[in-house]
Amino acid sequence: MKTMADVKTNKLTLVQAVTDGLRTMMKEHDDVLVLGEDVGKNGGVFRATDGLVDEFGEDRIVDTPLAEAGIIGTSIGLAINGFRPVAEMQFLGFIYPAYEQIMTHASRIRTRTMSRFNVPMVIRAPYGAGIRAPEIHSDSVEALFTHMPGIKVVVPSNPYDAKGLLIASIEDPDPVLFMEPMRSYRSIKSDVPEEKYTVELGKGAKVTEGDDVTVIAWGNMVAVAQKAVEKIEKEQGVSCELLDLRTLYPLDKDIIAESVMKTGRAVIVHEAPSTGGVGNDVLSIINDNAFLYLRAPVEKVAGFDTPIPFFSLEEDYLPTPDRVLKSIENVVTF
Amino acid sequence: MEKEFPIKQIIDGNGNLIDSTFGSEITEELLKELYTKMLRARTLDRKSANLQRQGRIGTYAPFEGQEAAQVGSASALEKGDWMFPTYRDHAATLTFGHSLSTILLYWKGRVEGCVPPEGKNIFPPAVPIATQLPHATGAALAEKRKGSDRVSIAYFGDGATSEGDFHEGLNFASVFKAPVVFFNQNNGYAISVPIEKQMNSKTIAQKSVSYDIDGVRVDGNDVFAVYFETKKAIEKARKGEGPTLIEAVTWRYGAHTTADDPTKYRDQELSAEKRKLTDPLLRIERYMEKQGVWEEGWKAQVQKQCEEEIEKAVVEMEAYPEADVNDIFDHVFEEPTWTIKQQKEAFLSMKRGETV
Repeated sequence: MKTMADVKTNKLTLVQAVTDGLRTMMKEHDDVLVLGEDVGKNGGVFRATDGLVDEFGEDRIVDTPLAEAGIIGTSIGLAINGFRPVAEMQFLGFIYPAYEQIMTHASRIRTRTMSRFNVPMVIRAPYGAGIRAPEIHSDSVEALFTHMPGIKVVVPSNPYDAKGLLIASIEDPDPVLFMEPMRSYRSIKSDVPEEKYTVELGKGAKVTEGDDVTVIAWGNMVAVAQKAVEKIEKEQGVSCELLDLRTLYPLDKDIIAESVMKTGRAVIVHEAPSTGGVGNDVLSIINDNAFLYLRAPVEKVAGFDTPIPFFSLEEDYLPTPDRVLKSIENVVTF
Repeated sequence: MEKEFPIKQIIDGNGNLIDSTFGSEITEELLKELYTKMLRARTLDRKSANLQRQGRIGTYAPFEGQEAAQVGSASALEKGDWMFPTYRDHAATLTFGHSLSTILLYWKGRVEGCVPPEGKNIFPPAVPIATQLPHATGAALAEKRKGSDRVSIAYFGDGATSEGDFHEGLNFASVFKAPVVFFNQNNGYAISVPIEKQMNSKTIAQKSVSYDIDGVRVDGNDVFAVYFETKKAIEKARKGEGPTLIEAVTWRYGAHTTADDPTKYRDQELSAEKRKLTDPLLRIERYMEKQGVWEEGWKAQVQKQCEEEIEKAVVEMEAYPEADVNDIFDHVFEEPTWTIKQQKEAFLSMKRGETV
């Protein structure tokens, strides 16, 4: 039996772990292709594909014309005909021209053909505010896709999960939107095994164990929530259970239900606009599974129902540890 | 631009052979084969429109007048090639391997109508406009990467050329030299909007110039012009020489769909006149007459065969087992998610409760 001590690891950032995941799958499977703008020589605007073109050639790391619908549409054609394309959207906020391709084709080809054709493709998209990017670049529109039947939505928050979830997404027989939190790309380094491993889609993770309140987050908001959790535990002795959902469709119902049944309180944190956000689906799970265990109304800390502002104001838009902390206080003192 | 992209014809409306290049290849066998396929498609089309009026199928998108464009181009494909049709390309899908009952099932609101026979690469009809062009490019690229000589063909109308996906599909195919044929049926209208309001360019074929790919304009009612030009484009693609844009200039007599009234925006007399002058079946009849190989008796026999075959398909369609409610849930993902499983179980138990 191999123990963790035998596993060779590297200290990687989240974006390096993405590269590592891509490299691992491209080595193992000739049918994995990367398509996108600037993914070749330039290695992607965030260097997520850095060096891959030298290793795998221009036939497999494909610089495409600047056309999101074309990238997704062509990838669909490749996917139905034996390949596993990984399409890069430069930013999630640029995905809108491709929305039709994803909504009307990628996500429903299996349904429309009674599984004769399927679309095993991954769409990678950096997302989120907090890196002082120009307008439109910072959108967090996961709910547009969790509402879209036929596609899974995955969001890692740390390097280990990024590699494991990406590999699981590429191996998945159905389309997956893989959202990468830009603000976390280089802010955390952690041990990432060199070898291939997967993190199962649809399973959340317990970041910290606790008894008084469940804090639920994903992507970069995990780090924000973690700061609040550490502070309130230290200063007020409130024991918090922090959950990182990791997959937004399908949500991990069990981890949410079990935790809230234990703590009786919940705070949901996301940076996307509050109305129609994934937080509401988490609320629905709590309502269906843990209603009688609740000791306080569930609070939601979210972005506003506004376009993400120009970056001079983005820190005001984004949930902060203080806002999360305030909500935790509200639910424990209710 | 009409001069640079002249409409290629082999047989004119009166049935005269005006381009003898392919004269020897137009054998009696090929004549009869293409004519039969067109008549079969026309019979299906008329039957479908009638079935819709009788309420036996839902809204239907007719294609009468476009048989040569669809049958001619689809006949140029080989087994293993890929077809990306729209919701109006039943003559093409029928020619390439869909069964009559599959097509009828589609309009009966059955998802089974999207599923091709095993081994036939026919994609479900594209309902959004022009989105199937990048798919054709992608599937063609996949074949190229596998080292095969299979090609894709994508069908689309004149309105589709206004969509971004038309340009993205062509551009990607051009950049990657994908073995794909973009087959346009220009019938002059995008529902009610005439082509003059759709674009300021004089032809669709000329749009190939921007992508530095071959473009050709053919008489879409001349089944031989369509067949040989498509064949040429396909052979070129098979040899790795890249994509072609074919504009087949045609005319559809009827409505956009059975839910639409063309008398509001189209001159119906002109339509009737066009039938006399340019109809794809009539000109083959005239040509065969001139060649001395036309027999009314043969046509009657083929017509009867087609009708019998279609009647059988209608029976098959109407006797088809009822739609299975499980199909709503079972093909969204390879493995249903817990939400779908839960919704399915709740719904099915409610249904069971109702019938008990």
